[in-house]
Amino acid sequence: MKPVDAKIVEIVEESPSIRTFRFDVSFDDALPGQFVMVWVRGVDEIPMGSSYLNGITVQNVGDATSKLFDMKVGDSVGLRGPFGKGFTLPKKDEHILIIAGGVGAAPLGPLADYASECGAKVTTILGSRECYELVFEDRFSSAGELHITTDDGSAGTCGFVTTVLADMDVSVYDRICVCGPEIMMANVMKVLQEKDALDRSEFSMHRYFKCAIGVCGACCMDPQGLRVCKDGPVLNGSLLIDSELGDHKRNSSSQRVRV
Amino acid sequence: MVTITGIDFKDPTMLASGIMGTTGASLLRIAECGAGGVVTKSIGPEPKAGHPNPSMIELECGFLNAMGLPNPSYTEFDNEIKIVRSGTDVPVIASIFGGNAEDFVKVAEGLIDSEPAAFELNVSCPHAEGYGATIGTDTCMVESITAAVCDAVEVPVWVKLTPNVTDIKAIGKAAQNGGADAVVAINTLRGMAIDINSGYPILGNRFGGLSGPAVKPVAIKCVYDLYEALDIPVIGVGGVSTWEDAVEMIMAGASAVQIGSAVHESVNIFSDIASGIELFLQDKGYSAVEDIIGLSHEVI
Repeated sequence: MKPVDAKIVEIVEESPSIRTFRFDVSFDDALPGQFVMVWVRGVDEIPMGSSYLNGITVQNVGDATSKLFDMKVGDSVGLRGPFGKGFTLPKKDEHILIIAGGVGAAPLGPLADYASECGAKVTTILGSRECYELVFEDRFSSAGELHITTDDGSAGTCGFVTTVLADMDVSVYDRICVCGPEIMMANVMKVLQEKDALDRSEFSMHRYFKCAIGVCGACCMDPQGLRVCKDGPVLNGSLLIDSELGDHKRNSSSQRVRV
Repeated sequence: MVTITGIDFKDPTMLASGIMGTTGASLLRIAECGAGGVVTKSIGPEPKAGHPNPSMIELECGFLNAMGLPNPSYTEFDNEIKIVRSGTDVPVIASIFGGNAEDFVKVAEGLIDSEPAAFELNVSCPHAEGYGATIGTDTCMVESITAAVCDAVEVPVWVKLTPNVTDIKAIGKAAQNGGADAVVAINTLRGMAIDINSGYPILGNRFGGLSGPAVKPVAIKCVYDLYEALDIPVIGVGGVSTWEDAVEMIMAGASAVQIGSAVHESVNIFSDIASGIELFLQDKGYSAVEDIIGLSHEVI
């Protein structure tokens, strides 16, 4: 598909460096955890987990996001998607645990909405460095129980998401859905492995994307060659044992770099 | 089984260069999915990030891409080839590129230790300035680069040709004169798509190369012409997504087919196509693939 022209209809400042952009285009068949390619014309095209059927939630980290942050309501971008494999959809009376770190809350917001609408029970651990970087706090708390952690203790438990997770009995959860910075996800994976819950866990991965449609291989992970853009971005935790998660990734030249 | 340039392939399907070929792990995965051979992403003398995104889009008739030869350079890639070779017996062909004969030789010599089964010279990428088709449209450069690499390495050398020329046979002959063991045809056709909402060309590089179903008839004709003009094997690539396409390509003169964009549908396409060819041969009473290579040239 060619990019669809999408006008910005609303911009919400979630934190000083994180904004939600809502568009006049809605991907109604998008599933929680799928992503769209956001084309900032003349600059770059970048993958973004859908945080709403018509929206993305973005941290300003590079050229394309910086240009996006200069945009106003009425400006437009090109969108392609939804792409990739999302989270397993919760069913009525299931209990899911959401673990979100920083802007990693973006693809988990729609999962929390979906779960509470279908009658599943939701518990969330939401972490960030400081209290003003917490994303979708209200959204997660309206879906169910919410534990907050901040690195500096400015809100909730002082520490990391794993500080709360370590003390939890995770056997009660049908699934554990995780998205956040790579080191956080690697640490969550270790804890879940110790608790023997990895096969019930799903991680939303991020890697450098080129084609975004499973052809070029730029986002393939070691050692199984899983394509994050097509086999993922959401991958079952059992697929990540002894993988490159938390160790290395590829840059735009496909060189191995430490994470 | 088919033997091409002295290399045995368990079936006549191969992964085309530029697809799932930037890491050893992904190449190994494709080999395990049934490909008879795998060709790596094109590797050059220096690390290269490639063009900005969008670098590939799906159109109604195929795919348009301008990756821009992203690669980690031969110094890092030899390890990726070793990873594939340690995990499978499926032949690994190293695709290489450069701006001149010295570059090509440097990359080929740099990868020799990883023991690729053959080298495929990319003189056909349509959208990387100073590389690829800039060289591959010039018969003198094709011949001299081919000769230089053939002198430098002991393994077979294949040359991948661009269809963006007036006469592909002349380029094929230049490769043959330079000592090529086989030619591979075709690389993508130059193409472009424009976003009518903004006027921007969609690809980050503004233009790129067309692949997929739209280019198959072009590839069939190029393979047909090359088979007639050359004495060395032709490996067919361009728009193959079913076993019927593969048989058509083989009847045009291809000794084997490479599959690229169609991986989009499924990574299991190699075994699907290989078994489709096998059943076809049985049904029609042919004893081997060789019986139908270039068949269309014999029927009048």
